[in-house]
Amino acid sequence: MDAKVVLSLEKITKRYPGVLALNNVSMSFLEGEVHALLGENGAGKSTLIKAVAGAIDIDSGIIKINGQEYSKMTPFLSKSLGVEVIYQEFNLVPTLSVAENIYLCEKTENSVLFNEKIITKKAIEVLKQFDVKIDPHAMVQDLSIADQQIVEIAKAVSKNVKILIMDEPSAPLSVSEVEMMFNIINQLKQKGVTIIYISHRLEEVFRISDRVSVMRDGCYVTTINTKDTNRQELITLMVGRELKENYPQRKNPPTEIAMEVKNLTGNGDKNISFKVRKGEILGISGLVGAGRTELAQLLFGAAPMQSGEILINGNPVKIKSPLDAIQHKIGLLTEDRKGQGLFLEMPIKWNISFPIIRRISKYGVVNTKKEDEIALKYKERINIKTPSLLQQVINLSGGNQQKVVLAKSLAAESDILIFDEPTRGIDVGAKQEIYQLMTELADNGIAILMISSDMEELLGMSDRIIVLCEGELVGEVQKENFNQHYILDLASGTH
Amino acid sequence: MSNQSVFLSGFGRQIWSFGKKNVPLLILIFLLILFTFVAPNFMTFGNLRTLIRQISFAGISSVGLMFVMISGGIDLSIGSQIVFSNVLLAIMMADWKLSPAVAIPLILLVGTGFGVINGFLSIKLKIHPLIITLGTSAIFKGMGYIINQSRNIMGFPESFRWFGQGYVWGIPVPVIVLIVVAIIGSFVLTKTYFGRQVFALGGNEEAARLAGVNLNRMKVILFMICGFCSGITAVLLLSRVFAGQTFTGQGLEFDCLTAALLGGVSFKGGEGTIFGLMVGMVIIGVLNNAMQLAAFPDFSQTVVKGAVLLIAVAFDVYQKNRKAKATVAKVAA
Repeated sequence: MDAKVVLSLEKITKRYPGVLALNNVSMSFLEGEVHALLGENGAGKSTLIKAVAGAIDIDSGIIKINGQEYSKMTPFLSKSLGVEVIYQEFNLVPTLSVAENIYLCEKTENSVLFNEKIITKKAIEVLKQFDVKIDPHAMVQDLSIADQQIVEIAKAVSKNVKILIMDEPSAPLSVSEVEMMFNIINQLKQKGVTIIYISHRLEEVFRISDRVSVMRDGCYVTTINTKDTNRQELITLMVGRELKENYPQRKNPPTEIAMEVKNLTGNGDKNISFKVRKGEILGISGLVGAGRTELAQLLFGAAPMQSGEILINGNPVKIKSPLDAIQHKIGLLTEDRKGQGLFLEMPIKWNISFPIIRRISKYGVVNTKKEDEIALKYKERINIKTPSLLQQVINLSGGNQQKVVLAKSLAAESDILIFDEPTRGIDVGAKQEIYQLMTELADNGIAILMISSDMEELLGMSDRIIVLCEGELVGEVQKENFNQHYILDLASGTH
Repeated sequence: MSNQSVFLSGFGRQIWSFGKKNVPLLILIFLLILFTFVAPNFMTFGNLRTLIRQISFAGISSVGLMFVMISGGIDLSIGSQIVFSNVLLAIMMADWKLSPAVAIPLILLVGTGFGVINGFLSIKLKIHPLIITLGTSAIFKGMGYIINQSRNIMGFPESFRWFGQGYVWGIPVPVIVLIVVAIIGSFVLTKTYFGRQVFALGGNEEAARLAGVNLNRMKVILFMICGFCSGITAVLLLSRVFAGQTFTGQGLEFDCLTAALLGGVSFKGGEGTIFGLMVGMVIIGVLNNAMQLAAFPDFSQTVVKGAVLLIAVAFDVYQKNRKAKATVAKVAA
């Protein structure tokens, strides 16, 4: 390799409470290459690009851009060195024109005023490179997603970009639009721009990239030339670990069917059918954006379903609101516990009793004695560590907050529990406790749906796993056939 | 813990921690002492009774407002609701010759109806109630002017005088009504599941939705409560003034809002107590009363009131930040 190294990362470490997001990561990127970055959910890719963009402070390590060493990166510094990031969520102002968006923060020469003519002319020039027809006067909100993507790229190019980082750029695009984007990437490559391309879609990686780096659990694994590898090898590299946690043994086998879902469509999911038995843990696998959380929302009545049928204990039921779901003894432990699951500024016992507050009231008046009993019962049953049930939930650790969410669903005496990322952001000890509790619940005949991006825990805990990809159910795997490669292969989409 | 508490012990520390939690109460005590010395007419039985009666009108409305605020909403149309109800009630009794026994329940119904309008608009348009009620406020007030036709409506039955001007055991009737409304309000907020749902709605709307609360129904009911309370205020104010004018009730929401913020009702929702609200209300009453005793010009009074509202907001923000910092410190520790 005689190409120049434009960006190199040396021993970057970033720690979040309870998680080592980046562990001593070193990597280098060459001028004019398309460098794919691969890894499972939570492997540390996003943290890495945020570190390069200066969006987060790294704990230790050095970022070297064009030979200059930086131990602290800021968004401004990063931009001035020619680094541009296109995030999954676009950073465009929908109500401004294309030209205005491209030159949003630029001052036009010799003038403090915003000169519409000049920026329009400049925008036309920038857009011309891409061989696309986008009216610079059009408002961004009126453009298709693909065109918005191009405006994002144009914005980056207009700033004399040297290193362009694209996070899942193809996710919102159709096949032909992806082709168009690849053309643009190739043009940029010709001009010597380094492109760091993050995608879950392996076939794209083979189409577009020169080299590929793999990350796993916050660590750098390896970098290989794309033409020297294949799909299987990449998956092995991404997964590449043995099960190391101890998962509790289950005592009782699953019994009759608790819930059956037929052709469920809505909220971005299409035609999903599955069954879950009493005493069974059904794992739901899939990549970010595969429609897992959306499925949970559908089942819980938190999002409207377009068509399909849900049967509980063999009887068809209508679930139109969370209240319906609660009445049918379905409980949802949301992925975003702070945003959707908890009343952070309220006492623990209020949180636990809230879903059943009507049931423990007489003539509208809350029976506080009963409330205290129930709160105490579940506090002890699942070992919430707190000096008092009057403690505000905001003061608890992540693991204990998750237990409060669990206590809430248990107090509601749910028969079917949906766990969405039950162990995200909680420490190892609390994780073990959650696993133990889930096992006990299953042994007591509760049907559990478990959504998790942690492949290891999914394999360790589930009796059966269904795999979603782009809103569709693409496979079902029985326990005896559990295999990380196979599941990841399904989830990455084979089409 | 703070340094001060190290030097205090036993009783002293108890007072310190009580004071830290009850800043508005301390402010009130300070004001009471201050005006007792500064204004000789202030600390007299007659004046205090007037003061309490003055605040009872806004006080009743503020209880309704507090329900909306704890749920995370706001109602700026309170004063205008009263303008309309006040005039309509006057017309009912003076022009249509309805007896108070019929007219008063009708007005309470009208007030509740205003709540339904506010509630429906805010759930259907999905716009912050601040804007909705600003709009309805102008409409209600305008309608009040229209039906009033620039008259000074008089000629009510004498029996109607009792509500705003009467006494029971020496206590003005509006004050008794305020006490009853406050006690019921406090009971509903702290003892019933409905009250719990109000706090939940303000604390985390999405979590409340996922816990099975019917958000839309709740929002409408809360505005109805607020409208009902203002209906009561309209009745008492008309009886007090004993003439139907569009002047009555205008801008009343200002005092209600200031009192709520002073008393620790969070603008963001999820927090507030009737006790705090009442302390806030009395602070407003004391300030208004003292300014009148000192013969402050009206315009200067407006300036002071505006300043007090901003101070109350600053206090609300300050408490939020302090709490957030304490939490960060705890998590970090």
